[in-house]
Amino acid sequence: MGVDLSVQLGPLRLKTPLMSASGCFGYGVEYAGVVDLASLGAVVVKGLFLNERDGHPPPRIVETPSGMLNAIGLQGIGVHRFVREKMPELRQLGATVIVNVCGTTVDEYVEVSKVLSDTEGVAALELNISCPNIKEGGISFGCSLAGTRRVVSAVRRATRLPIIPKLTPNVTDVASFAAAAEEAGADAVSLVNTFLAMAIDVEARRPKLSNGMGGLSGPAIRPIAVRMVYECARLVKIPVIGIGGIVSAADVLEFLIAGATAVQVGTANFVDPFIWGKLEAGLRSYLERHGIPRVADLVGSLQTGSAR
Amino acid sequence: MPVDAEAVVVSNTRLPGGYSVLEFRAPELAALAEPGQFVMVRASRCDAPLLRRPYSIFDLVRDPDGRPAGFTLLNKRVGVGSGLLYDAAPGAHFCCLGPLGRPFTLVAPPVEAWMVAGGVGLAPFATLAPALAARGVATTLFYGGRTSADIFCLDRFERHGVRVVTATEDGSLGERGRVTVPLQAALEAVPPERAVMVYACGPEPMLKAVADLATRFGRPSEVSMERHMGCGLGGCYSCVVRVKTQDGGSRYARTCIEGPVLRGDEVLWE
Ligand SMILES: Cc1cc2nc3c(=O)[nH]c(=O)nc-3n(C[C@H](O)[C@H](O)[C@H](O)COP(=O)(O)O)c2cc1C
Repeated sequence: MGVDLSVQLGPLRLKTPLMSASGCFGYGVEYAGVVDLASLGAVVVKGLFLNERDGHPPPRIVETPSGMLNAIGLQGIGVHRFVREKMPELRQLGATVIVNVCGTTVDEYVEVSKVLSDTEGVAALELNISCPNIKEGGISFGCSLAGTRRVVSAVRRATRLPIIPKLTPNVTDVASFAAAAEEAGADAVSLVNTFLAMAIDVEARRPKLSNGMGGLSGPAIRPIAVRMVYECARLVKIPVIGIGGIVSAADVLEFLIAGATAVQVGTANFVDPFIWGKLEAGLRSYLERHGIPRVADLVGSLQTGSAR
Repeated sequence: MPVDAEAVVVSNTRLPGGYSVLEFRAPELAALAEPGQFVMVRASRCDAPLLRRPYSIFDLVRDPDGRPAGFTLLNKRVGVGSGLLYDAAPGAHFCCLGPLGRPFTLVAPPVEAWMVAGGVGLAPFATLAPALAARGVATTLFYGGRTSADIFCLDRFERHGVRVVTATEDGSLGERGRVTVPLQAALEAVPPERAVMVYACGPEPMLKAVADLATRFGRPSEVSMERHMGCGLGGCYSCVVRVKTQDGGSRYARTCIEGPVLRGDEVLWE
């Protein structure tokens, strides 16, 4: 039986529900030797500001139980160099490109979004209002409902591309942020970004990351992320993209059943860059085994009544 | 283009000081490898430890017909991942992603090669030495450690006609002091018309000292950087090192794809 893996993300049709998570796949081109980029639902590239950014000094990552902390600090080449140096290759490789947009001010989000709107081949914008690793902008918008609305509505006025605010889990009620984003004109929301966290070298009595704190990702966060995706999907009508600790097809299914229309995979791609084919095969065999023709039929199919 | 090989442990030879040499069977990976490249080894199949570990390829192993059969890694037991490798028994499988990274630039005669190693920094030179020997390059290994227990596998080098100079900080083998002591003496002694390329791998303070010495004596150098790596493919931006840019500024370069081998005078040492 052939199964249909395509999903509809607002105005955007994706071949599969599997996308790379921002910051975990470079600008996509780094992976062209190991993955057929065109086979992914979308390639979400590393966060971009208007200008180049240096990022934090190393050490930038530290391993933790079933996860890792990162404080990369959004090192990046800036949107203009991205458009000139990376977009031609991404287009040639047939990738569906979603750009993770960063800003220290509302104006910067708008400016970056405008540049990308004028660029052939950009499929959608993911608004990073949730990076825990930089001082200005980013998470300070994502931690306030008013800030979330301001960024989303300003970008909404500036572009016709689908916009996907990426939500932080570092709030008490993440679903209220999904609702605020929806009201402000978002086409979808993605969640979660990393959890603000810390690890200490007890011998030196110093933080293990040069930045002090960092963002926790990987399997350790998955159950919390699934819960948050479930809460958001119940509250909003726009599609939800589930992110957090996916390492297997079963994990993808968990998010879809909880209500995610699509998913992103970050940390697991570091561990296994060949994961994409394995996840896709696992999805297909699950759908065949359960006689479900379309992966979209699974979305939000969680049974909550008592069994039998 | 790297492969993710299901590499099988052929042998695991324990050396003093928590070191071991693991031989893996992985013909397809070995066939692609060049001196100075590395592999990302997954020490466990579950979430602990989660991330792969970078290891320099030590020897390339050939079968009796001379075809690439596998490779060895020089491991020092320090944490969870290296502990699992130290304990590995023959027959165990490990996923090894590679070969990765930019290899050493091979010089040709009349240029001489001086390899400078500290501790497990010896690893990439075991493949560089035969590659240089095959080109007829006169090669010297300067090899330093804290004590004689940190110095091993010299036969691998002597076999290829490499001149070996050792130094230990406690004086238990070779010259007393850091490896830069005999290196500096040699740089002072060699006449300027003899061209020398300096290759270095080891702890970062040693790399800085070697690169600075080479520059001071007007010799080119290449250093192999060992950084914390998340992915080995340029995806995570965790393994960065500061390098100089042409406009007089500096930037963070990813050692996994722009390195691990970098020009010694290009690195902005912290
Ligand atoms: C090294 C690293 C860099 C990241 N950079 C970004 C980024 O630039 N923009 C962003 O929105 N999220 C970034 N993230 C967050 C991931 O996209 C993702 O939301 C998070 O890691 C959870 O997913 P995972 O458990 O599958 O990794 C980064 C995560 C990691 C580990």
